Amino acid sequence: MNLTLSDQADLHGERGKARQMAMRILVRMLPVFGAEKFLDITAAHIDSSLFQGDATLEYAQRLSEWGAKVVVPTTLNVSGVDEHGWKRWSVPEDWAEKARRQMAAYQAMGCRPTWTCAPYQESERPVFGQQIAWGESSAVVFVNSVLGARTARYPDLLDICAAITGRVPAAGLHLEENRRGQVLYRLKGVPHTLLEDDSFYGVLGHLIGTDAGRFIPVIERLEAVPGEDHLKALGAAMASAGAIALYHLIGVTPEAPAMESVFRGAPPLRTVTITMEMLRAARKELTTADNEQLDMIVLGSPHFSLNEFAALSKLVQGKCRHERVQFLITASRAVRALADRAGYLEAIRRFGGRVTVDTCILTSPMLPSSIHVLMTNSAKYAYYAPGLLGTRVVYGSMEDCVGSAISGEVTIDSAQWSI
Amino acid sequence: MEHIIHGTVLVEGAASGPLLVSDTPLSFWGGYSQFTGEVIDRRHPLSGEIATDCILAIPASRGSSTTTAVLLEAVRRGTAPAALITNQMDTFLVLASIVADELYQKPIPVFALDIEAFALLSSGQYAVLNPDGNVIVRDRQGRVSGPQALPVSQVVQGGALPRTRS
Repeated sequence: MNLTLSDQADLHGERGKARQMAMRILVRMLPVFGAEKFLDITAAHIDSSLFQGDATLEYAQRLSEWGAKVVVPTTLNVSGVDEHGWKRWSVPEDWAEKARRQMAAYQAMGCRPTWTCAPYQESERPVFGQQIAWGESSAVVFVNSVLGARTARYPDLLDICAAITGRVPAAGLHLEENRRGQVLYRLKGVPHTLLEDDSFYGVLGHLIGTDAGRFIPVIERLEAVPGEDHLKALGAAMASAGAIALYHLIGVTPEAPAMESVFRGAPPLRTVTITMEMLRAARKELTTADNEQLDMIVLGSPHFSLNEFAALSKLVQGKCRHERVQFLITASRAVRALADRAGYLEAIRRFGGRVTVDTCILTSPMLPSSIHVLMTNSAKYAYYAPGLLGTRVVYGSMEDCVGSAISGEVTIDSAQWSI
Repeated sequence: MEHIIHGTVLVEGAASGPLLVSDTPLSFWGGYSQFTGEVIDRRHPLSGEIATDCILAIPASRGSSTTTAVLLEAVRRGTAPAALITNQMDTFLVLASIVADELYQKPIPVFALDIEAFALLSSGQYAVLNPDGNVIVRDRQGRVSGPQALPVSQVVQGGALPRTRS
């Protein structure tokens, strides 16, 4: 183990007990990462802000009471409650109280109260090649793949240790040699029009995430150029179904200008041809409900972007949801404020939609027990809701979701998928 | 039948209990209930099984970075597995155990086996994890209703091993 004098000072408690504990945890983790030394980071995103129970709160409070301060610009992931809006939902008071104490503890350490799982949609975005320590699996895959910054998939509890010490194990995706592509995916017989359907990217991500496990997938050049929201959906689905922290899309993501360079001259470990049949099977896996009465539409995992608010406001303009179907969007405070200023929220409000911030349906016990069937365009929501919430889910495009909210029953345009 | 497998110790400790084995990775967030110890990922082969006090053997964790927090909560509540066996160097599971040690002095032993050795494990067997990295696996015989039915002292020569959790 190769520790600098500064690392050793942290380890010996010369900069306080909190920093000592953070460094001790990092040092114990160093061999598990297969590393012998640490490297510096210049930003962090903390997933430990999610309130899971007394243990996560006690961990945050221990660090905070011992005087922990982050040493790099640090954003915060979602918390356990919408800090100012939780009373409008079914959040137990005790939960809200503890979740807010946990929020306060991380803010006391100097973290910015961004409260979002999509911090790359906020004002400070990491740049290409920047060494960072991010938690939140969907954010990690985005920042590595789409922005080309460098982070491992830091778990809760460790991300804050990195932010407090400014150090991470010099291993994994921080190092150039570990970022080359490993498994090649080719699409066969996928119609061009399907590439423009937003539900396609969640399905593709679910399929690749399941298949690739923890290898780095490379997707051959597509016939359409996906937008940033598509890339967000693709990565989030991969990171739910697999442990994907980085993908390359030839001609689109910054480390994949061409096939030769992404594999660094080596052949792929495997090549997988993705057929429509495989895509249909993956799509089917994301839906667990079966012609049942729909209770709620929920959009925004990862958190809704300004462009998604724009697209939604256009879709719902002048329309109104069915009275039986609730319509929820989860977003960050900053993006909600921008959407409001841009005039997008007005149409959504008139439609009967609601926006909640700081959290999401998976991390806050906000949904009433009367909600049994959810519909979403998020593969991440679709993946986790059955286990975490005990609800059944229907996966569809944003347009399908709006159509179903209006008609009151699941209406999905599957024509593109049956080709 | 009994055999001994040598593993790599990722987090030190000793434990024993019935084996719960799957070759499918598991995300604890959305996949493991900290309240009951049940595997709740309805797409996972172990869905519905209670892993509390079992030796849970999975190749690795998967998915959410909150896996660590859920496992830490489970340790605090007493619903965690007695030990974890993986066939990869899994940073998430190891971290949860290390923080459980830092906060509550309750680390869960985490051992890694190579892929061939891991494939020898199956649910329903009984395992003893030794601090030196040896895993003693034996088939359960006759009418066994729980870990108590096979005293550790009978499995391991030289007396009972301390259990990390009771």
